[in-house]
Amino acid sequence: MSEQFEPIIIGFTCNWCSYRAADMAGTARIKYAPNVRLIRLMCSGRLDPTFILKAFADGADGVLVSGCHPGDCHYVEQNYKTMRRFYLLRKLLTQMGIEPERIKLLWASAAEGQIFADEITKFTEEVRRLGPLNWNPEQGIPKESQPANPMEVSA
Amino acid sequence: MAKERIGVYVCHCGTNIAGTVDVEDVSRWAGEVLKDRGVVISRDYKFMCSSLGQELIQKDIKEQGLTRVVVAACSPHLHEATFRNACKIAGLNPYLSELVSIREQDSWVHTDKAVATEKAKAIISGGVERTIWQTPLDPLKVPINPTTMVVGGGIAGIQAALEIADGGFPVVMVEREPSIGGHMAQFDKTFPTLDCSACILTPKMVQVGSHPNIQLLTYAEVTNVSGYVGSFQVTVKQRARSVNVEDCTGCGICQEKCPKKVIDEVFEAGLGYRKAVYTPFPQAVPKYPVIDRENCTYYIKGTCKACEKFCPTGAINFEQEDEYLTFDVGQIILATGWDLFDARRIPQYGYGRLANVFSNLEFERLSNAAGPTGGKIVMRDGITVPKTVGIVHCVGSRDKNYNNYCSAICCMQSLKFAHLVHERTGAEVYNFYIDMRTVSKGYDEFYQRLLDEGTHFIRGKVAEITDAAREPGEEGKLIIQVENTLVGKQMRIPVDMVILSSGLEPRHDTKEVAHLFGISCSADGWLLERHPKLDPVATMTEGIFIAGCLQGPKDIPTSVAQGAAAAARVVGKIQQKEISMEPIKASINQDKCSGCRICNNLCPFNAISFIEDRMVSEVNPALCQGCGTCVAACPAGAISGTVFSDQAILAQIDGLLLKNVKPLELVAG
Repeated sequence: MSEQFEPIIIGFTCNWCSYRAADMAGTARIKYAPNVRLIRLMCSGRLDPTFILKAFADGADGVLVSGCHPGDCHYVEQNYKTMRRFYLLRKLLTQMGIEPERIKLLWASAAEGQIFADEITKFTEEVRRLGPLNWNPEQGIPKESQPANPMEVSA
Repeated sequence: MAKERIGVYVCHCGTNIAGTVDVEDVSRWAGEVLKDRGVVISRDYKFMCSSLGQELIQKDIKEQGLTRVVVAACSPHLHEATFRNACKIAGLNPYLSELVSIREQDSWVHTDKAVATEKAKAIISGGVERTIWQTPLDPLKVPINPTTMVVGGGIAGIQAALEIADGGFPVVMVEREPSIGGHMAQFDKTFPTLDCSACILTPKMVQVGSHPNIQLLTYAEVTNVSGYVGSFQVTVKQRARSVNVEDCTGCGICQEKCPKKVIDEVFEAGLGYRKAVYTPFPQAVPKYPVIDRENCTYYIKGTCKACEKFCPTGAINFEQEDEYLTFDVGQIILATGWDLFDARRIPQYGYGRLANVFSNLEFERLSNAAGPTGGKIVMRDGITVPKTVGIVHCVGSRDKNYNNYCSAICCMQSLKFAHLVHERTGAEVYNFYIDMRTVSKGYDEFYQRLLDEGTHFIRGKVAEITDAAREPGEEGKLIIQVENTLVGKQMRIPVDMVILSSGLEPRHDTKEVAHLFGISCSADGWLLERHPKLDPVATMTEGIFIAGCLQGPKDIPTSVAQGAAAAARVVGKIQQKEISMEPIKASINQDKCSGCRICNNLCPFNAISFIEDRMVSEVNPALCQGCGTCVAACPAGAISGTVFSDQAILAQIDGLLLKNVKPLELVAG
């Protein structure tokens, strides 16, 4: 095992496009970073923000949210709802002291195995650069990662 | 919770998984470390999906009293049904089994064995946690409407429609052009047997037109699709023909009398004319003409009406309007075909600039006895018979500047052209090919025949076609510049006529079609099949099938085979009378629902309604498609979803991050 920090990333995929993109990457034997562990949902719209918070609380260093391209949703338009939630949640995470770069939204069609793989590798590198999250809700937010003045965050 | 008795089964998949993941170690780990989580047995086996592998699981279910089964193997899209069925046979509810992918998501995409093995453990741990929360479910049964819609009236669609209709079930066929027949109707001969295309196609077209079980809509397009397998609602726009089909006898007098000639870009590939009121070709099905309103003098200037004056039955109706018709169908077969690669995109080949460079469809019409020249192969001036002809293969295909794929039919088509030119004009024929691909039955024999006929074959990709003469003997000719790669020599070959064997491309509006029917396109733009080898006519969307060239370039026999295959699938489903649907549905706990109505507007299927007198919302399970968006959105947590419940997903997150395992055990593992 290498010395460098290996982040753990939880990835959510929809059943129709992005999970099949992962399947496509597999079938085509495209190699990508092994740091992502995927959870299949029927639709990215199923993604409850709680899942993402839970993943971070459980020790994930990053969370990937993926679904069909806008306009291609198997359930007509539910990925737009994912998009709405995603940006709200990212704001919330920032307020909680988690770098917004730790979550990523990725649209991937069933044919885009290469894109899916490349984006995972890229995202893994980004999270690696951020370092471990070390977010332990039971102990509260570590002192050093708390902002000195809460007003600075809202500004 | 720990009362569950879970069996874990790790598949080697030959070396597909075992080559990158230490499956024995993974299996041992699951048996030891996940014991606390209820895992009572953990095994690895060469091929879990084989009958022996399935029997292994079934035996354990019966003998060990397993209450949950986790299989770590390939993607659930491949074998979820297999393992669910195996559990069902052994008496375990199929929804209490979980297939986790350690092949597509692990062994095939990673190289480091230690890392891949650790990832496999995490994936299995996630699956184990998730399955604990699953509840027994029964698949929902929905009745299936026996009517099938076939979109596209080319040979693939025709075959599909006839098979279903002959089986005794109703078919609605929708075709965009005024007649069915598709590209095959444009051809003169078909390779390799050289039967006349019209002779084998038109009887089938007539059958479609007269079949009591087929309702034929031409000059019509699908504009909207809703519903699901067994019960689709399809809206079709019937464009105004400006002809009352009840009165029209198809006598053709209107076409004779119409004074307006229009270049026929579609059927005659721009080589011939049609009238403003027309049927694309004499054997058109249906026989009723349409008035092309963009070119009709009456619609442009307000006068003429020659067709109306001469029509013996008074069938012309200038006031007719587009109609929107709605059909209830159970299943849909798409067979919308292909577009020709536009050779203008390769400027150095001169198509569209040099008169005597022809496209393959142009040549098909040129050689067709019913075509603009009556089957005489002549140059663009309409008189001169060529003495030398060059045929260029792979135009726009197998070329990373245009399309990477092989268009599959061009080699054989080019050989057919070479034979026809040779037979009818006695000209010298040069074929320029990259590789000769003659793979189907009787194809290579045809190639041998062409070699015997004295056709010249030059292996090399044509660099340029030019009319700029450089040497004596080249004046007035088209010069083909090519490197003969078999002898490693540059050649300039002067010819009178060039035929470009342009490749096949997805229809220009394939993306819109895919979107309309809720299916996907491949990276090349063709429609995506459920499985490239084992399920080539089904799509990811239940009840929607694809046949013919919209799935990828193919010849007539393969298109026909796919049309028939799609029909067989459809008829098989109809005969089951009802369809099992995944019981993935949302439901609302009426006690928890606060009546906020946030969920009501989230559902694109209108499955959630608000019950005014009780002030709560309710899900109609027949309309619910199971996306789960409302489950995620409910602020009161009143909505729950089967299979993908909050608890199951949260538990899976725990499992994937190994939070379920005590740190001590993790080290020991």
